[in-house]
Amino acid sequence: MARASLPLGAWGTLVINAHPNQPLLGRNMRRLAVPGAIALIALTIWYSELIVAPAPQVGPVHVTYWEKWTGFEGDAMRAVVDAFNRSQSKIHVDLLTISGIEDKTLLATAGGDPPDVAGLYGPNVAQYADDRAILPLDDYCRRYGINASQYIPAYWDIGYYRGHIWALPTTPASTALHYNRQMFRDAGLDPNRPPRTIEEMDADAAKIYRRDAAGHILKAGFMPAEPGWWNWGWGYFFGGRLWDGVSRITANSPENIRAFEWIRSYSVKYGARDLQTFRSGFGNFSSPQNAFLSQQVAMELQGVWMSNFIQMYSPGLDWAAAPFPYPADRPDLKNSTFVDEDVLVIPRGAKHPEEAFQFIAFVQSQKGMEMLCLLQKKHTPLIKVSPEFWAHHPNPYIKLFAQLARGKNTIFPPKLGIWPEYSAELNNAFDEVTLLKKTPKEALEAVQQRMQPKLDEYLRILRLRGDIR
Amino acid sequence: MSAQPETLRSRRSLARNEARIALLFVGPWIVGFGVFLFYPLVASIYYSFCDYSVLRSPVWIGMQNYADLVRDDVFWTSLKNTLIYAMMALPLGMLVAISLAMLLNAKVKGLAVYRTIFFLPSLVPTIPLAVLWLWVFNGEHGILNYVLQLLHLPTPNWLGDPAWSKPALALLAIWGAGNSMVIYLAGLQDVPVDLYEAADLDGAGWWSKTRNVTLPMLSPVILFNLIMGIIGALQVFAEPYVMFPGGSPARSTYFYTMYLFDNAFRYHKMGYACAMGWIMFVIILLLTMLALRLSERHVYYQGS
Repeated sequence: MARASLPLGAWGTLVINAHPNQPLLGRNMRRLAVPGAIALIALTIWYSELIVAPAPQVGPVHVTYWEKWTGFEGDAMRAVVDAFNRSQSKIHVDLLTISGIEDKTLLATAGGDPPDVAGLYGPNVAQYADDRAILPLDDYCRRYGINASQYIPAYWDIGYYRGHIWALPTTPASTALHYNRQMFRDAGLDPNRPPRTIEEMDADAAKIYRRDAAGHILKAGFMPAEPGWWNWGWGYFFGGRLWDGVSRITANSPENIRAFEWIRSYSVKYGARDLQTFRSGFGNFSSPQNAFLSQQVAMELQGVWMSNFIQMYSPGLDWAAAPFPYPADRPDLKNSTFVDEDVLVIPRGAKHPEEAFQFIAFVQSQKGMEMLCLLQKKHTPLIKVSPEFWAHHPNPYIKLFAQLARGKNTIFPPKLGIWPEYSAELNNAFDEVTLLKKTPKEALEAVQQRMQPKLDEYLRILRLRGDIR
Repeated sequence: MSAQPETLRSRRSLARNEARIALLFVGPWIVGFGVFLFYPLVASIYYSFCDYSVLRSPVWIGMQNYADLVRDDVFWTSLKNTLIYAMMALPLGMLVAISLAMLLNAKVKGLAVYRTIFFLPSLVPTIPLAVLWLWVFNGEHGILNYVLQLLHLPTPNWLGDPAWSKPALALLAIWGAGNSMVIYLAGLQDVPVDLYEAADLDGAGWWSKTRNVTLPMLSPVILFNLIMGIIGALQVFAEPYVMFPGGSPARSTYFYTMYLFDNAFRYHKMGYACAMGWIMFVIILLLTMLALRLSERHVYYQGS
């Protein structure tokens, strides 16, 4: 008779007889089988709960903080967190590096178990506020004495939406024209005179473009598609807006069409296919094969972070930064700059919002903020800046970036919950225009036709929910 | 004779006992299936009729999501892209897999080594694979264009040109042919040798043996791989998601699952995404039924 036995610890041994005429289990075991199994399952549940349950709170309150940064940017925040943890004994912030921070914060919040603090991106604020995924911070700010007057307006504004403050900055960024002085010299241009108007830039770019005998582009002066992060936003440099702030999408405004005509002019002048092929040879942004670092493109719109990557991958590069050019007939658009920032939010359902804000307030203090921004090599979003901050800053153009952010022509994507969709549409329109598949008017008209009903629907729902009047 | 009913009774109780024990053992799986698969499945039907952003409770809106989808240009673009891709990748992949299987069924020395070599690529994880092929397809420095140039063939800009981005992905799909190749190989081993011998006696050549013996005997396996291939190709996601952010250039690689993912997690329109998921389910169901219907005349099962 074949037998199989299964040791069950305290319950003895479950013996399975494989003889066809015998009951499968011994009589005693048969009586025990079902209650035994139930007990086993219950014990497993109890024990696994015991393992995962947090230890009873003795000592400081633990605040969970999810942040996206890695590398030196992650180290910078870790230093700030350590400083906060040392500064007092009641709260301990546990910093956790999380990739895909937007999705994971969303799902954790929906699941009712979010972190106490999350480091999102500036453009997330409207969408997450609309969805009630994050808490308004007005009360906390009032109690901790944090208000708009302490911040560069553009940076306070990113966290401000529909009458509430939802997010406070960690590190901000603005953009400027970065240009390769050596490539300027090689093309017979003055390396100390960056272009001031877009027309001048186009002319300088033309002098820098080089092709090989077979007609392949070897060097480019400027390409609207590089680095490709602001393909949706060129209209702002020509005075365009993407919506009227109330109820209308303005993708097809004359200014936006003019910007896309300018984008198209590069494809017409240098060949859509040639530019595509040239671009396909560029490596990753964060690599020595980066088009600007490998001296393939002489002029690029880039952010305050670019200097870090130059130092990392191409320390010998002879470069400079200047305000991005403006159209000659629109001097009022001088010093236009994209502004953006990473933000701290408290997700809805956070277990320790009070303690979480105490940590956020520490980051917002001049000391905390300058420590973070200096280590991340950015400027600070606060109005007040200590002389040491400027003195120790490794970016030679840091004052330019700070100055641009304080100007009046700061550009930030529309604060709309439908912005992710809107930007996808604009990026697609950009593709179609650079590939010469559609004229600027056709492409932007299509965006308009698609997004206006979506905006109407979006506003209708906000109204239904009582979020707007 | 009196022993007969007793045996029956004990048989019956034995069966009952066995069923109970079996249930006990599959119990954990049933619970897992119910919680992690069946419940989400049913819930997604419900959500597809709702305005649901994940963070707010779902609001019933009836057929609105489906009605919106029909009028959504991007939905049609993504569906068209997916079908075109499937029509390129599927036949190409099957052709390569069958050909490889037939070659690797030959009686040559070191066969196991060859089989291993041809199977190995399908073991490479998707993300590194996609990153690797970004370099193979690179329009400027890519090895593929280098070879094409040596052969004096045109060198397309695989990743930047909307006309070539889908063929590039279809070529990439061949890389994973190893899995179906193994299944074909198993099918080939099942073809009775006497059929070939009979064909030899009739003086059949290589081609007529392939056409009249191998392929008919392999047809159930081909059908299986066809159906699995339809399901796989229509759900292509990871490779284009890594290689073509946002379905660039000009949405030529924006596939159905990418739009579904964007709706669910970028646009917070989970209800809309669920509706897309169910439409895809119906499409796959219809195509599978079509494949089965067409197969009735062309698939031969041994012994029937």
